[in-house]
Amino acid sequence: MLSYVPVLILFIFALLLGGAFVFLSYFLGRPKKTTTKLNPYECGVEQATLPRIPVNIKFFAVALMFLLFDVEVALLYPWAAYFKSMVSEGLGTFVLIEGLIFIGILFVALVYIFRTGILHWENGK
Amino acid sequence: MIQQLSLLFPMLPMWLVQAIWCGVVAVLLLTFFSLFAGPVSWLERRIAGRIMSRIGPNRVGPQGIIQWLADGVKNFLKEDLIPRDADKILFRFAPYPVFLGVTLTLVTLPFSSLLIGADLNVGLLYIVGAWGLVVIGLIAAGWSSNNKWTLLGGMRSAAQMISYEIPLVLSLLVVVLMSGSLSLQTIISSQGASPVEWFIFSNPFAFIAFVIFMISAVAEGNRTPFDLPEAESELVAGYNTEYSGMRFLFFFFAEWGNLYVIGALAASLFLGGWQIPAGWRNFASAQGPILPHVFEVLMFQLKTWIWVLLIIQLRWTLPRLRVDQLMKVSWKYLTPFAFVSIVGTGLWMVVFPEGWLFMKYLLLFSMLAVIGYFVWRAIWQLRFTKSKADFKLIV
Amino acid sequence: MIRTEEMTISMGPQHPATHGVLRFIVKTDGEVLHEVKPDVGYLHRSMEKIAEKVGYISFQPYTDRIDYVCAMTCNHAYAMAVEKAAGISAPERAEYLRVIASELNRISSHLIMAGVMAMDIGAFTPFIHAIRERETVNDLFEMLCGARLTYNYVRIGGVSFDAPANFKEKCVEFLNHFEPIIDEFNRLISFNKIYVERLANVGVVSREDAIAYNLVGPNLRGSGVRFDVRKDIPYSIYPKIDFNVPVGIGEAGKVGDCYDRYMIRIREMKESCKIVRQALEQMPEGEIMAKVPRKIKPPVTEVYSRCESARGDMGFYLVSDGTDKPYRLKIRTGSFSAMSIVEKIAPGLMIADLVAFISSLDVVAPEVDR
Repeated sequence: MLSYVPVLILFIFALLLGGAFVFLSYFLGRPKKTTTKLNPYECGVEQATLPRIPVNIKFFAVALMFLLFDVEVALLYPWAAYFKSMVSEGLGTFVLIEGLIFIGILFVALVYIFRTGILHWENGK
Repeated sequence: MIQQLSLLFPMLPMWLVQAIWCGVVAVLLLTFFSLFAGPVSWLERRIAGRIMSRIGPNRVGPQGIIQWLADGVKNFLKEDLIPRDADKILFRFAPYPVFLGVTLTLVTLPFSSLLIGADLNVGLLYIVGAWGLVVIGLIAAGWSSNNKWTLLGGMRSAAQMISYEIPLVLSLLVVVLMSGSLSLQTIISSQGASPVEWFIFSNPFAFIAFVIFMISAVAEGNRTPFDLPEAESELVAGYNTEYSGMRFLFFFFAEWGNLYVIGALAASLFLGGWQIPAGWRNFASAQGPILPHVFEVLMFQLKTWIWVLLIIQLRWTLPRLRVDQLMKVSWKYLTPFAFVSIVGTGLWMVVFPEGWLFMKYLLLFSMLAVIGYFVWRAIWQLRFTKSKADFKLIV
Repeated sequence: MIRTEEMTISMGPQHPATHGVLRFIVKTDGEVLHEVKPDVGYLHRSMEKIAEKVGYISFQPYTDRIDYVCAMTCNHAYAMAVEKAAGISAPERAEYLRVIASELNRISSHLIMAGVMAMDIGAFTPFIHAIRERETVNDLFEMLCGARLTYNYVRIGGVSFDAPANFKEKCVEFLNHFEPIIDEFNRLISFNKIYVERLANVGVVSREDAIAYNLVGPNLRGSGVRFDVRKDIPYSIYPKIDFNVPVGIGEAGKVGDCYDRYMIRIREMKESCKIVRQALEQMPEGEIMAKVPRKIKPPVTEVYSRCESARGDMGFYLVSDGTDKPYRLKIRTGSFSAMSIVEKIAPGLMIADLVAFISSLDVVAPEVDR
């Protein structure tokens, strides 16, 4: 656990640095707020509709895909970390087949994703 | 390192030595980060100027080298505006994850066999996790600004970064397979100084993994050809449209810091990191205890900067992909090929436990041939364009 | 089912991709466009009404401002209209100078289009390279008439200045320099894989649509229709010159996609180089200005003159009532009709495609609104 202390301290220092910069710039460049300046930018015209609307489902689908794959890939890491020592012990083929089954399942998922057409974004379909 | 330090200062308690050491490391890393991100912004603009046959910033300091300082001061003096209907807390918070996501990765980058912030035993996973913070910042910036362009930019960046994280993580898995460890120092020590001992040339599948890693790392860093979240000609400025002053600067701080992280990862995971040839090491060790580390740091920097410069050149050479093409590249090409390279590497390790030297040399020479072609083409192009760029009709 | 909403965004007037001040009201679901409405008029300067007030000769400089990217052809078209009405004919040397100037201007205009197209796709470098070459063309214009943007070079009855003594050598020097640059430009961007992928099969305008929506010039030829005013309704000295009219053949995808429209402009630059070379060879010595009265009073008549501008068929419809001011002057420009097809083609494209589509139409904002 001790090896994570530098990470924590760097985290705090980076946060402090960021905070200090923003704090300094608050005093050096005091905002003079005017109505026009605070308007949201919409290419020079008044904002007609609010941007806070439910956005397209495609992004949601991509997020779900990511969740699925990222978790599965994280599960592959321990397998990969022990692979080398297993090979030197002569268990290489067995471990490889194990990994292959897992990757095969992931690959089937990938093929399924292609088939459902989530990635087909053209023409509004 | 800490043990050695506590031997040097026997009167201090162990925890105090460690705390001071960590503080020093943090300050050093942050200084390094700022001193990298600033000048590299100048460098990029100079290179861009060269590529575009114009001059670039050359006024502040010799050759404009402290232009970045002037830009920093300017950003300090800018008003820090928050748009009227913005989600104020989220808007203020958004730049920090982006900044932190990149700075936190620095702590595990091995600059030499000794110079490393913290050699975590899950180093690679940690880097990927810390990098993941960036996407939170971008999507928060996009959502909170109450602006449609930032929203689209934030959505795009989220979709892009999470899509490219899969091939990135998978290509790193190949390195883990070959080294049997997630710690960056162990990964580097299991490679050697000679190119044939590098992971990139150990088998063809590792080479594929390297290519996948570079492509997806560039995409993670939001660089052209994957700069869709901030596509100027489409989304005005993408997620940072409403930002100004220091907060705006943080996004770019992170972007240029990312360049170094990508280069350093490529160097240490695939290209042998700080490894120097035994001859050099013997020579340097004879001169004293410091010199080997200087050599190592220089070697690491050399390997890193090659990729930094390459990515900068890519940005000013290539057009931008469309968002569906972007998704297609990630899910239809990179991810399946990453699976193939994992399986292939595993198979290779089982079939050739000692490696196959012929294939290593073959890969090395094909890489050299590619580099040779690139250099030849660049020289040819320079000769051609030199006369054209200097063409003046009326003197 | 998760409910999502359409987003209405105003793209423009202050948007990097709208080449001046155009506005598109865009309805999108996030990336794919459902509806695009062009909103024009931000650059309206009442050109036609001004013509009715200032008279024939005084209106000449205003024609520079109709299409400031390619002003020579506007000058030319207007001068031709008045000459036709008043029965003036320009000397032959003036006609040659007009054609040389127009073709050089076509090169510089197409350079802008190619550069901006690349910039809208995300590659900045080609734009600067194109601008660098355009500057050289502007040097030539500076030699010719002293101006670099609004030339006012072609006048009623001739041209304002004769070519300086070394103009021919400088022009040939430029062409020798420029022709390899086109190949260089192609190497740099036109055949780039990403660039081709971004443009091929995007914004396909079919042959029928192109005719129905009255596209002209390179946009029309991009859809596979072989129509060029220089060939089909010849004017000035074009009949004496040998050149080809490039037509879209669907090099990378379907006929009439953005890539076709882009490549046609690249090819036209080469053709323009050919035309300038021939015109320089054939150019006779002589007068550059016909005898034109101080106050032009054409008889009561109606004329229509058309001219192939860089953006296509440019027409001036002139109604004269016998006084020294036009009764009515109608200006017909290519960009205006090109804007109307955006509404038809854009639904189904993505935001990034819309940007590519607009720049492939090579719309110049002042020409839309006049």
